[in-house]
Amino acid sequence: METIKLTIDKKNIEVEKGTTVLKAAQKAGIDIPSLCYFSLDGMKIENKPGGCRVCVVEVEGRRNLAPACATEVSEGMVIKTNSMRVLNARRTVLELILSDHPFDCLVCAKSGNCELQSLAHRMGVREIPYQGAQSTYRKDTSPSIIRDIDKCIMCRRCEMMCNDVQTVGALSAVNRGFMAVVAPAFEMNLEKSPCTYCGQCVAVCPTGALTEVDHSREVIKALADPTKTVIVQTAPAVRAALGEEFGLKAGTLVTGKMVSALRELGFDYVFDTDFAADLTIMEEGTELLERLTRYLNGDKQVRLPILTSCCPAWVNFFEHNFPELKDVPSTARSPQQMFGSIAKTYFAKKLNIDRKDLVVVSIMPCLAKKYECQRDEFKVDGNPDVDFSLSTRELANLIKLANIDFHALPESEFDLPLGESTGAGVIFGTTGGVIEAAVRTAYELYTQKPLPKITFEELRGLDGIRSATVDFDGLKLNIGIAHGLGNARKLLEEVRDGKSHFHAIEIMACPGGCIGGGGQPLHHGDVDILRARQKAIYLEDANKTIRKSHENPYIIKLYEEFLGQPLSEKAHHLLHTHYFDKSTQIIVE
Amino acid sequence: MAIIKLPECKVNQLKEICKSFNHDSGELINVLHKAQEVFGYLPAEVQEIVAKELNVSVAHVYGVVSFYSFFTMTPKGRFPISICMGTACYVRGAEKVLDEFRRELGVKVGESTPDGRYSLACLRCVGACGLAPVVMVGEKVYGRVAPEDVKGILAEYSNL
Ligand code: SF4
Ligand code: SF4
Ligand code: SF4
Ligand code: FES
Ligand code: FES
Repeated sequence: METIKLTIDKKNIEVEKGTTVLKAAQKAGIDIPSLCYFSLDGMKIENKPGGCRVCVVEVEGRRNLAPACATEVSEGMVIKTNSMRVLNARRTVLELILSDHPFDCLVCAKSGNCELQSLAHRMGVREIPYQGAQSTYRKDTSPSIIRDIDKCIMCRRCEMMCNDVQTVGALSAVNRGFMAVVAPAFEMNLEKSPCTYCGQCVAVCPTGALTEVDHSREVIKALADPTKTVIVQTAPAVRAALGEEFGLKAGTLVTGKMVSALRELGFDYVFDTDFAADLTIMEEGTELLERLTRYLNGDKQVRLPILTSCCPAWVNFFEHNFPELKDVPSTARSPQQMFGSIAKTYFAKKLNIDRKDLVVVSIMPCLAKKYECQRDEFKVDGNPDVDFSLSTRELANLIKLANIDFHALPESEFDLPLGESTGAGVIFGTTGGVIEAAVRTAYELYTQKPLPKITFEELRGLDGIRSATVDFDGLKLNIGIAHGLGNARKLLEEVRDGKSHFHAIEIMACPGGCIGGGGQPLHHGDVDILRARQKAIYLEDANKTIRKSHENPYIIKLYEEFLGQPLSEKAHHLLHTHYFDKSTQIIVE
Repeated sequence: MAIIKLPECKVNQLKEICKSFNHDSGELINVLHKAQEVFGYLPAEVQEIVAKELNVSVAHVYGVVSFYSFFTMTPKGRFPISICMGTACYVRGAEKVLDEFRRELGVKVGESTPDGRYSLACLRCVGACGLAPVVMVGEKVYGRVAPEDVKGILAEYSNL
């Protein structure tokens, strides 16, 4: 490794060749303010347009100030990050950006978490000397995401996420100069674009230009309505991240406190999406074995690999981009929807109430789930299986709103029966987890033998595309894993071209899986936060007494009392779905 | 799901253009140039097809179309009016002439009148700086145009 020696603010430092001044300074504990720059190191995610100039520094011997995020270190460089000249330039740049930004902080959804706001605070801006015309743009609301482009500072982080990382191409910089915005084609609403609602643009937007559609008010209203029974389900990745909103270290598991908080908020039953994740494994695992057996028996009709279907953004992605493959993914609904379906049938019957009087709320790390629960397939006579889906961030706000002291909360347990889950259900929250859970169950169902070892290290990690071969007692099962839709696209193209050697592929839309979901506390580009959340998920799994979905006693009971067998007619009706072709059609007249 | 309808001959023509550039997404600007030459403008349908053929997103194609002022998404009028905004013309009052056309026709730059007769566009230097400011209606060139001349120029076409 070739290294470079340089001086930043009189500190002598040595860094790897090719490092930028911004990163070199970070290593030396000097935090140069930046705005448009964004990266998730080690995940091949970087936005470096060098456009905002907030990060300028003085380089000895150079006439012009240099943007630290786009300047590579060189031998003997002497840099000042805090000279009078730098501070003045930086402030001017910021004031210019602010002169075309609405003063909405009091009522902005991003307030307190906005990078532009914290910069203004950090630089002590107290007035805006430049008063010019402000550009205005209509607000665009989709089922998951709100675009309020007046607050856009053209950092183009969202464009990078949507195009380079997700390869969705819903957003692009359009127009020029003062009129420039980031928008879908023809400046249509997001809903008309191929957007998957993965929410990764929201996760990286430094300002309030992109935010989620907030349903907390509706939930509060339902909680206050005495005629309604309101139940809640919490997705696995939420417990590994919620604590961050209350100042706890990333990776702190807050399962017990979260349950207590939800009870204090007034939910009648606090259940777990992990239960439904176990149910998903029963259905998806059985489907995998069924397809595999038919394949091994020489059935040419059967399509392999089977693809997981629990991520709604991924479902949107293949409906738009690979409609010809729409019979390849598993037909199993996502855990969120399986939960809703069982809650409004099996559980409503147990309570002896009408489904319309049962309100199902989900807490999700995800923005695509907001869209998913509104899909027509998941409604019965117009009544949705899941009424409202809140993000991890919205739950945190709700807890603060209700004056609940999160730190003082006792730990408590989920309610039964829909709150019992296994370690397999927990690991759904990270990339690699769904397929590991499926393998744990499929192995035992197929071989009729207990697993020699319950964990599959070879399926874990954060590399964008991973693969492993699992030995099913002589049958070698090839497994692929992709997270981030750009990586998914690569595996999908192989499947389309008949070149895939996998039997099963797990896909999650968000980098890292749901731990990095668009509804999670903002990580501001710190990849260690994702690592810590992933570790927490595996820790929760290791702490569980039961770690295989098919051993969940309440799942067994659900089949005995209600569903019969996995893939039974009833299971098909309640737990499976079908997909649509949403691609652009060109009709020749 | 967007549904796009275009006559077959147009679709084929477009596909031919994309093919002549080897479906290379790096040639997007040239493909769009050629397409505008053939169709006169670049409606959404044309951009959708170009995106598909070059395997880029429609948002990206639109990003390029909306960035460069020589691309237009509105069909040209029967009498396309172009005003030179090159340096010489600008210095000699092209903007005032443009303002007058805008007022007379009630349209913005890049738009057509509702009856489809006139459309208004700006150009870079057309190489007739000696005649600045220069206005073109179709192929016909008018030199040393003053705002007062605008009504007269339009009158030439009003009965055609
Ligand atoms: S939600 Fe995802 S797909 Fe939609 S615009 Fe944002 S990044 Fe693109
Ligand atoms: S919407 Fe947000 S992320 Fe996208 S360019 Fe604007 S400020 Fe940046
Ligand atoms: S990976 Fe998880 S958080 Fe991200 S879109 Fe898919 S289900 Fe939602
Ligand atoms: S952060 Fe360096 S130029 Fe924007
Ligand atoms: S500037 Fe108008 S013709 Fe040259």
